Amino acid sequence: MKEELLKRWVKGPDGVEFEVEPLRDYYCEAPPTVMPAAYIKIVEDMFNWARAESIWILGFGTGCGAIEMRPLMTPRFDAYRYGVQWRPTPRQANLFIISGYLSTKTLKRAIRSYEQMQNPKYVIGLGSCTINGGMYWDSYNTIKRLDDYLPVDLYIAGCMPRPEALLAGFQDMKKLIRAGKGEGANKYAENFDWYKANQKKVIHDWDMPDYNW
Amino acid sequence: MDFDWIKIPYSLLTLFIVVNFGMLLGAFMQKIGARVGRRRGIPIYQNYVDLIKNYGLRSSITHGTMYYLGPVFRLSGGVGLLLFVPTIYGSEMFSNLSFAGDLILALYFVFFGTLGMALGAAESGHPHAAIGVTRGLQQVSTSELPFALAVFSVALQYQTLSVTDIVAAQQGGMQYWTVFTNPFAVAAAMLSFLGSMMRPPFDVVLAPQEIPIGPPTEYHSSYLALMQTNRAIFPIAKIVIYMNLFFGGAPSWPVFFLKVFLIYMISVFVGVCHPRFRVEQSIRWFLVWAVPLGVLSIVLV
Repeated sequence: MKEELLKRWVKGPDGVEFEVEPLRDYYCEAPPTVMPAAYIKIVEDMFNWARAESIWILGFGTGCGAIEMRPLMTPRFDAYRYGVQWRPTPRQANLFIISGYLSTKTLKRAIRSYEQMQNPKYVIGLGSCTINGGMYWDSYNTIKRLDDYLPVDLYIAGCMPRPEALLAGFQDMKKLIRAGKGEGANKYAENFDWYKANQKKVIHDWDMPDYNW
Repeated sequence: MDFDWIKIPYSLLTLFIVVNFGMLLGAFMQKIGARVGRRRGIPIYQNYVDLIKNYGLRSSITHGTMYYLGPVFRLSGGVGLLLFVPTIYGSEMFSNLSFAGDLILALYFVFFGTLGMALGAAESGHPHAAIGVTRGLQQVSTSELPFALAVFSVALQYQTLSVTDIVAAQQGGMQYWTVFTNPFAVAAAMLSFLGSMMRPPFDVVLAPQEIPIGPPTEYHSSYLALMQTNRAIFPIAKIVIYMNLFFGGAPSWPVFFLKVFLIYMISVFVGVCHPRFRVEQSIRWFLVWAVPLGVLSIVLV
């Protein structure tokens, strides 16, 4: 645990002493809950349609596959015409693309970003590394199966997949969402203990609360 | 005081038309921007889908009371701005809640949303939001300065504070529009207009490539949807004021749509041609180029 994260007493500029506990003060520790769908089916269907047609991606490139996501914004591929947009903050994003290998150091940040996203949220594993480790299968500091740590909705295989493959992946993702199968966030909430145990197995310097909004 | 209750449904009708027009126009302008960059851009109905999606998200978290009120203030700023000026000149139905001193109120409402946003974003506790809001307030304050000068100049010119009277004085042909009778005031106001439309070169506050997206960093689901609704209303409301003060108002809806589109196009046209200013650059730009024009217009009147 880093020193600045420990519980301590701080003297303010006005002379008042107060207790600071960074892990408790700045985060909410309530675990995620399963969020039910709308009661009326037609409403939920409409929401699913809207979710499928307006996919906002978290602009977080984790591995070498991040380079394949950039051309999608350019005139050649132009993913905007499919309703796909990039958001700079996890709060507003719905889709998290894990682009390629994920080192355990990055996994920590990926988990924090994923947990800050709002339900429903989706994860796409891009490239072979997210499926079985790919060319990093015997590396000591990358994870092998992404699905053990975050609930993956869709894999796009390849090393690396071309941007066209990503566009095709978005179309498949849309079909999943519209069919009501994009329930990764609820799956994460249901199997929360299992995911946390897996995450803690590989992240040795766990210096954050179990659930950080 | 007698109040015409029928004004309420009429105002709601105005609001409905303007919201839909704003959503479509916003997407259309984004498409024009995309075409300049040789892209196809978003579908024309994308803003509606985004809105439904954001209202349809299942979870949302709060950071406190002001965090709730931020988007509400912003939306009420946009709606208030729209409802207190006459949308269609000479129409009993769409003159809304305009009254004798509405010009002052409009000036206030322009700023109201930004202030609400500042309080809300500050409570969200995210450092990027605080930085974004500081930049936003600095830029909006300086870009409001030439606009305020231009408004005073116009009020002096027509000797009234009522938007309806100002529009009435401009009827009878293009040569009576303020843009020809008081060109310096209009020039100053149009420069200020560029600053308040949140398009390049003055969009450093909200641009995702800079400090991530600025004030709304922490806003999501329904909060963000409220702000999106306001983003459809506010530019139109602001353009309505410009149209009424400087371009002779609109006697009917087709003229209204055309004039709003053309005035909006000015900011798009400048936006796609110019790179982005940093905040201190844009402040200097407003003070050097726009404010002297505003002062000159007051002196000449």
